[in-house]
Amino acid sequence: MKYAFYPGCVAKGGTPELYQAMTAVGERLGLELHELTGAACTGAGVITERDPFAGDVVNSRTFAMAEQLGLPVMTICSTCTGVMMGVKSRVDAHDDYRERVNQLLADEDLHYSGQTDVKHLLWVLVEDLGLDKLKAMVVNPLHGMRLAPFYGCYVVRPSKDVDPLRLGRMGYLEKVIEALGAEPVEEYRGKDKCCGFPLLETNRRGSLALTGKRLAEARDVGADALVTPCPLCHLNLDGQQPETPDAGRVDAMPVMHLPQAIGLAIGIPPERLGLHRHIIDTKKILAKVAVAG
Amino acid sequence: MDIKLKVRRQNPEADDKPFWKDYAVEVPEYYTLLDALLKVREEVDETLALRCSCRSHICGSCGMRVNGHAALACKTKLSDLDQETVTVEPMGNMPVIRDLVVDLEPFWNKLYSIKPYLQPATDPPEREYVVPNETMFHLDGVVNCIMCGACVSDCESLSVNPIFIGPTAFAKEYRFVLDPRDAADRERLSQMNGPGGVWDCTHCFQCVEVCPKDVAPMDRIMAMRRMMMDMGMEQHNGAKRANAFMDLVGTYGRLDETRLLMRSVSGLGELMSFSKVGFRALWKGKLPPLKPHRIAGAPAVRRILERARNQRPRRFKVHQAQEEGVRA
Ligand code: SF4
Ligand code: SF4
Ligand code: SF4
Ligand code: SF4
Ligand code: FES
Repeated sequence: MKYAFYPGCVAKGGTPELYQAMTAVGERLGLELHELTGAACTGAGVITERDPFAGDVVNSRTFAMAEQLGLPVMTICSTCTGVMMGVKSRVDAHDDYRERVNQLLADEDLHYSGQTDVKHLLWVLVEDLGLDKLKAMVVNPLHGMRLAPFYGCYVVRPSKDVDPLRLGRMGYLEKVIEALGAEPVEEYRGKDKCCGFPLLETNRRGSLALTGKRLAEARDVGADALVTPCPLCHLNLDGQQPETPDAGRVDAMPVMHLPQAIGLAIGIPPERLGLHRHIIDTKKILAKVAVAG
Repeated sequence: MDIKLKVRRQNPEADDKPFWKDYAVEVPEYYTLLDALLKVREEVDETLALRCSCRSHICGSCGMRVNGHAALACKTKLSDLDQETVTVEPMGNMPVIRDLVVDLEPFWNKLYSIKPYLQPATDPPEREYVVPNETMFHLDGVVNCIMCGACVSDCESLSVNPIFIGPTAFAKEYRFVLDPRDAADRERLSQMNGPGGVWDCTHCFQCVEVCPKDVAPMDRIMAMRRMMMDMGMEQHNGAKRANAFMDLVGTYGRLDETRLLMRSVSGLGELMSFSKVGFRALWKGKLPPLKPHRIAGAPAVRRILERARNQRPRRFKVHQAQEEGVRA
């Protein structure tokens, strides 16, 4: 399985442990990742907010780069994924619009035909690798752990863009958690809600209130930790957790990146997964897992 | 087919807390959730309170939460849900009057607050207004709103910020801002620039997802942000963020969260409130490098962004119509 790997800025910036974990896990899972080092930021929805056409062009540039390699794009960020799928819904469907986009790509000798597939790691695990294969690689099942899935808005909404074939992608995270031997907390109501990240600069109080709510919902159903395929969610749920309204008065809630949870189960040492680089201590998780080397 | 409805009920005057009640019914394949609830009310439990009228997704009365998300009961086919148990709850973000009936007063008040009527610059013409067709086409999507409240029910920002205007009213505001007969654009938009306004939306797509009429309120909110910035309303943190984001991606090809934050918040005080978060990150070796590394194609990205932006027509009403054309 080969992919044009698009790590996204946050995995290479604010959550370096995600990039680290993905590299280690990708190797073990047999994913051949060709990193698109020349690709630009998706714009995280903000470029689209400022100028939708500019957002469509910048992302089509990335798709064109993958097209040159003849590979589908693999992402590890819910936000990147959602932005790209939104762009595809406009650019792929309208030939004349895509022509306008391509005119701006011609400078770099790039051309996007409207065919590049975009897949989040989460989708790759279920649709390309297969859960059975994943299960077979588990050497250190996360038995006894109650892991609450936290999707991040953009990998599940709008469903017409991110799951156009209605494959039931909202539901994959629970399946992966189960394959790793842990118990997915199905009743976690926060799983497809917002962590508050987009309000960080515009309404901090609202942002922290949302973050706090998502953590409280996980605590209420007895989760040991959250697992997320979105580094922006991680920045908020982990990084801003000490700032949430009831921090200090309640138990802290560790938050794992999806590749970290996989890594633990397939026997990659926690240091290689960067689990020591979180704001909220992950020792609680590690104590529960009989860590194999 | 056999189906179990798990209904959250409450009579706030008598019960301290909501409680769950299960109803098992046998219904034909073609039944909607509303059909099943009405069957329950007629044959099993006449005390179950719910609202409905048209039964054909036109009136907007039967909004409720189905398996956790707002929907019209009359538009929800049980066979599509493909589940033996269906959870039914009243809509969120609104007080419960009884069982599945919520109080829509706060919903209407928000709507009135945006002055949902034409404010023309001149006296009304003697007969009807005449406007060219093309200038109204792109409003099709918004005028489809049936005021069901589903988007407001599931709005994330509203759940933590009671003064947030909310998706329905924003969609309506957009409709007037872009109506060629309305002349209060600037005034309308500047009202949206303050607390509770467009920048308080958390961009979560819930309203887009649950709307039974594809009104896409969030897309309208984003369009209004854009119009405001194009008109020069660029003082809000949100506008500063958007501009800084464009600039950073144009410079480095990628995002640098620290710089984005520094350029988006207003003043030292606000910046300091983030400093603890920054120090903690630094301590854990998480902070991005002081000078972000530039991607290989950064200059090309800048050129692309600039050329794309130069294609933006100045008159936003025209521009918006074009954008909507692409979206459709
Ligand atoms: S969406 Fe986020 S992580 Fe993805 S490229 Fe943009 S800023 Fe980076
Ligand atoms: S949950 Fe928040 S940070 Fe995560 S993708 Fe959604 S909006 Fe973004
Ligand atoms: S996108 Fe904005 S308006 Fe829509 S539900 Fe989310 S917070 Fe509310
Ligand atoms: S925008 Fe959609 S969900 Fe919201 S009130 Fe109108 S029809 Fe209902
Ligand atoms: S009963 Fe009228 S919309 Fe459902």
